[in-house]
Amino acid sequence: MTDVLDPPVVLSGDGHSEHREEHHGPTGILKWLTTTDHKIIGLSYTVTSVIMLVIGGLFAEIIRAQLATPNGSLVSLAQYNELFTMHGSVMIYLFAGPFAFGGLANIIVPIQIGAPDMAFPRLNALSYWLYLMGAITMLMGFFTAGGAANFGWVAYAPLSNSINTPGAGADLWIGGLLLTGFSAIFTGVNLTATIFYLRAPGMTMFRMPIFTWNMLVTAILILLAFPVLTAGLIMLYCDRHFGTHIFSVAGGGVPVLWQHIFWFWGHPEVYILALPFFGMATEIIAVFSRKPVFGYKSMVFATLSIGALSLGVWAHHMFTTGVVLLPFFSIMSLLIAVPTGIKIFNWIGTMWRGEIWFSTAMLMALGFLFTFLIGGLTGVYLASPPLDFFTHDTYFVVAHFHSIVMALVLAGMGGLYYWGPKITGYMLNERLGKIQFWFLFIGTQVFTLPQYLLGLDGMPRRVAVYLHDPQWKTLNDWSTFGAVLVGISTIIFVVNVAVSWKKYPAGDNPWDAQTLEWFTTSPPPHHNFYRLPQIRSERPTWDYNHPEHRSLAHGGGTDEPPPLAAVLTAALEHGQDEDG
Amino acid sequence: MPSFGAHAGATVSSKSVYHLWQGFSIGAVVIGGFVVVLFCYAILRFRRKGDNIPRQSQYHLPAEVLYTVIPILVVFGLFAATLVVENKEVANPKTNVTVDVNAFQWGWKFTYPGTGTSVIGQTTQAPTMVIPVNTNVHINLTSTDVIHGFYVKEFNFSRYALPGVLNQFTIEAVKTGTFFGQCTQLCGLYHSLMFFNVKVVTMPQFTAWLASSSNPAAAAAAKATTNQQTDTGVPTKPASSHGDN
Repeated sequence: MTDVLDPPVVLSGDGHSEHREEHHGPTGILKWLTTTDHKIIGLSYTVTSVIMLVIGGLFAEIIRAQLATPNGSLVSLAQYNELFTMHGSVMIYLFAGPFAFGGLANIIVPIQIGAPDMAFPRLNALSYWLYLMGAITMLMGFFTAGGAANFGWVAYAPLSNSINTPGAGADLWIGGLLLTGFSAIFTGVNLTATIFYLRAPGMTMFRMPIFTWNMLVTAILILLAFPVLTAGLIMLYCDRHFGTHIFSVAGGGVPVLWQHIFWFWGHPEVYILALPFFGMATEIIAVFSRKPVFGYKSMVFATLSIGALSLGVWAHHMFTTGVVLLPFFSIMSLLIAVPTGIKIFNWIGTMWRGEIWFSTAMLMALGFLFTFLIGGLTGVYLASPPLDFFTHDTYFVVAHFHSIVMALVLAGMGGLYYWGPKITGYMLNERLGKIQFWFLFIGTQVFTLPQYLLGLDGMPRRVAVYLHDPQWKTLNDWSTFGAVLVGISTIIFVVNVAVSWKKYPAGDNPWDAQTLEWFTTSPPPHHNFYRLPQIRSERPTWDYNHPEHRSLAHGGGTDEPPPLAAVLTAALEHGQDEDG
Repeated sequence: MPSFGAHAGATVSSKSVYHLWQGFSIGAVVIGGFVVVLFCYAILRFRRKGDNIPRQSQYHLPAEVLYTVIPILVVFGLFAATLVVENKEVANPKTNVTVDVNAFQWGWKFTYPGTGTSVIGQTTQAPTMVIPVNTNVHINLTSTDVIHGFYVKEFNFSRYALPGVLNQFTIEAVKTGTFFGQCTQLCGLYHSLMFFNVKVVTMPQFTAWLASSSNPAAAAAAKATTNQQTDTGVPTKPASSHGDN
């Protein structure tokens, strides 16, 4: 089988990438406004979400500047509450999710599975416009008389009711979040349908690249979690304006109910954010080690287990409420460390005995792995209720989830350097990219690590001043310095985009990559492919380019897999082939 | 054993929490260290040296089984240790001293039921809760308005003060001294300034303090000096001009 070069299947034209089929449609701004092409929608998503990253980052820099002195007076107490609320909201609702599942996944997933577009192109366009309107709606809060929402990105009742937080800023926050929530749900529907129904012939489930697998699990989690948030937001709005008293004690309601609803969305949301970036890192590490993903099947299994467990751990955010069953949520949360650990070992296994090429994308992915390890290990502490009791709502928690989200930012930047050439047809400057990496990576550690110590020394979250403990200034200054380094890295990225603009043509497959998107042109044509290779594994492009270097079966040297694995693999692939 | 950054604790349960912290930290250092060593070895040893294509091995079943089973065992070990500490911490034994702690925007009120003593203070006035050492003190924690967080660093413990919920826990301080506490759950404008103190004294000192402060004259004097509020639970706002939105 490995000696025969499988001829590609010609879909249109004469099968050569030089022969470009012209797609006649509007150009310029009209193209952007009317398009249903997943690549252009995805690019709009990517650009919008990176702008959100910059806005959220600016809020973060102001927050860090305020905390550089114990009695900072850069902003007032009221403005500070608005800033950290909108920092969290912008980063989580408007950057991380939309960047991953609206941006890169939207562009890459259809191409990775050999589809011409998403399953519902018009719904895809609706998703983007809902997202953009939601983002603008939420940020409009700053222009209202009372200012933007100021109850934290979690909007705990009863602080978020109309008595404690009157004003239009909070309502715009709810409205903006409803719009982006619907946009996420529609994207979830679209990704699920696309992955189940539009795979190219031969692309069985167990030949899908890990990024696509992760996006499938992400999409399913979106479908399970986001409707709950939407319902909760409608309840909150009704409480604020129609006197429903769902979350108010005075009317017989239960404030903690909001936390259950919010975190029933909020913890799956953590993995909705993280899984796409795990997928990006997986692809990058495999390509730049010139090896297949190590433990492909255990990787899929780990992703599925993370998705399943994530639905049963929401109350670990509520250990200190005193009204949840501690042991159940503790063991469920601790167990998530197992599939996450499998992923980390698989990533190292992928690099093991590889030929590692330290491109910018690879550096970002490695930076992700290291930072995620720190965030993951500190997360294990927080799964233990007694340890959560004393770190809850302190900077320890802030440091923990910033290790995680900064790891995701690193992976996302890796994704941009890795897939950018495919999307635009042009490479980014590698030298500037590496400088950006070092600022981002070192800045991340310098800004998160002191926060762990501050948290253990008792500094609470969401405080604008620390009058009682001015000795916290030193560690806070380090943290602020780290945040400045991260800010500089973002500027370097923007400069890099400007400097590299249409300068270094990429070619179809600049990285000698493995998955299907690298088989087509850069950028891909209107419906993505002129021709498709035979799909025999999760690496059709690699198999086509290196027919003599296909993945080795279980056990390595021989063609004979170990008995148990052989039976399982044969059974799975037999079933898959019949489906396909 | 190193502290790994945590406080050794000033109460009985905070000491066991501290030991749990140390246990978790040793696990984290060992496992994290192992991963970092593997990681560094991989990136240093397997750098690209040419245009070679390495062996395309993808599976190693024994290794995969190993790094699935060992973490599961570690997790159950951590869970067992967690249960032991947690069960002690939430046991809530019967006690002789009770303090009703009420949190409000933006201050604390400590009432000693049946004694006529209560201490109240707002923001940086930091009211002081006096409790006896080596005695189980029962705390009834409530909130008047929004959610607040009762947190004392040296107690290695925090608990939400929830409106409509009576949260109960026990503190047994093992040393005397004054410990600083602060609201940890965002509660609005003056969240950053919602301070209190816990003063741990000997039992005779505590009894004497209770007797003197329940004295009507002393209470009146205290009222004059600490700007005590009436019991309506609605404090007047500090005289600051920050916008209230």
